[in-house]
Amino acid sequence: MENKDHIDQTLNHLFRQESGKMVAVLVKIFGTENIELAEDVVQDALVSALETWKYRGMPDNPKAWLYRTAKNKAIDIIRRKKHSHLIDFSDPKKQLLTSEYTLTTTMNNFWEENHIQDDFLGMMYACCHPDISQENQITFILKSLCGFSTKEVAKSFLTSEDTISKRLYRTKEYFREHKIRPEIPPKAAINSRTSTVLSAIYLMFNEGYNATHTDQLIRKDLIAQAILLCRSLLQNLQTQLPEAYALMALMHFHAARIESRVTAEGTLILLPDQDRNIWDKKLIAAGNNYLNRAAFGDALTTYHIEAAIAYQHCIATRYNKTDWKKILSYYDLLLKITTDPIVFLNRCLVILELEGAEKALDTVYEINDQKTMEKYYLYHAVLGEIYHRLRQTAQAIKYYNKALQLTQSKIEQQFLRNKIAGILN
Amino acid sequence: MKEFLYIIRGGQEVYEKNSPEQMQKHMEHWQQWMGGLAEQGKLVGGQPLMNEAKTLIDGGAKVIDRPLAEGKELIGGYLLIKANSIDEAAKIAKDCPSLEYNCSIEVREISPME
Repeated sequence: MENKDHIDQTLNHLFRQESGKMVAVLVKIFGTENIELAEDVVQDALVSALETWKYRGMPDNPKAWLYRTAKNKAIDIIRRKKHSHLIDFSDPKKQLLTSEYTLTTTMNNFWEENHIQDDFLGMMYACCHPDISQENQITFILKSLCGFSTKEVAKSFLTSEDTISKRLYRTKEYFREHKIRPEIPPKAAINSRTSTVLSAIYLMFNEGYNATHTDQLIRKDLIAQAILLCRSLLQNLQTQLPEAYALMALMHFHAARIESRVTAEGTLILLPDQDRNIWDKKLIAAGNNYLNRAAFGDALTTYHIEAAIAYQHCIATRYNKTDWKKILSYYDLLLKITTDPIVFLNRCLVILELEGAEKALDTVYEINDQKTMEKYYLYHAVLGEIYHRLRQTAQAIKYYNKALQLTQSKIEQQFLRNKIAGILN
Repeated sequence: MKEFLYIIRGGQEVYEKNSPEQMQKHMEHWQQWMGGLAEQGKLVGGQPLMNEAKTLIDGGAKVIDRPLAEGKELIGGYLLIKANSIDEAAKIAKDCPSLEYNCSIEVREISPME
């Protein structure tokens, strides 16, 4: 049994790390219109591994075994389908797949290590095509590049498998209709296209980081995958932009604190009460390293500033040692380049620390677009906190209750209930 | 452009004595040469053939369990290519990696039927 667990674990890990790369290579071979075929081949390779390893034990190099198996399955498919019009062999490189004189050599070339990373990035850019909605982008990335099952993607989004299947279908149709090719965009387009990729990665990270999920495994998986995707951008000369380094830094600073954010029972712990001793020093150091490397060129993005804020929190030895002045200056800078209401609300919390509840309340009501704000859970939670500090109990409870209605996260709901209970006692 | 068939004969004995490394090198030559033809739009297709065969003779009345020609005459593969003339087709064939094994290549133009 122990052996079986070991195989399951190795395969699961390998699959999360490698399946996206295998899919990317296979999509290049079969064409974007045959993404499902590519996914099936990778899935088949996984099943073969599971069945073979169970009887014969794990091979010396499981990764190489998996790649070899996928490659051989691809050769089988080419042999079977070369006359079926399913695959477009008109490209000269692909034409060589149709002759036995050149099939194996050509196939080996497709699987060369130095191509694989580029193919994977190309797939990332294809998935993050600006015309595809961000929801669909991430759904597709998780399914095709991160080796998530439809069920796991559904769990990540707290939605049904049916919804996920529909989203996947729509994206595949888009690929088919527009003949989207997986490739790293040309230099002129790299900045804007990368920005779409980065926001997808960050959204994915936040799905894992925010306490929407009680399922710890899914959360950690999402975080690890977001970091993996960002790392692959940093490994390529064309795509290692300053903003990618900045996002990597930001995610590291957040990830360093993950263990301290929720109790074993799943209750949310806010920054002042987090145990700073369990913050991951290695991740903070790595984050700082990325942040330093983000400081080239003239790009100053929200990621840069958000990372700088997160870093300030990370280096404060105690909550009351936090450099709120510096943080406020970062928020001011941030609001010059973004109108994100969440940023505005977080700035109000900084004012609350720095200048007290009354000033913070004034700041909240400076918001022009109250209508949009009304819909935000955080808006009401912030007001609840401010009124609580002002000892206006009835108002505080009113806003906490409003916030309670607006969040779907069980952890956040519990947190808000505790707040209300705290006031009432 | 016209279409031509290369009938590649012989070479099996030498070929089968090859080490895996030599094999791989040889296959890379095929890759390069055919890759060049494909890039120029001159490759139609082609395959190597197994040695085993059934041959129908006497107007189909008799079937023998071997290829019609053997040894140096055994057909080991075929290619279809495009060229402007039979001379050009023959010139292209000069670089075919099968010649490394002392094969012969017969170049024939595809005949359009009325």
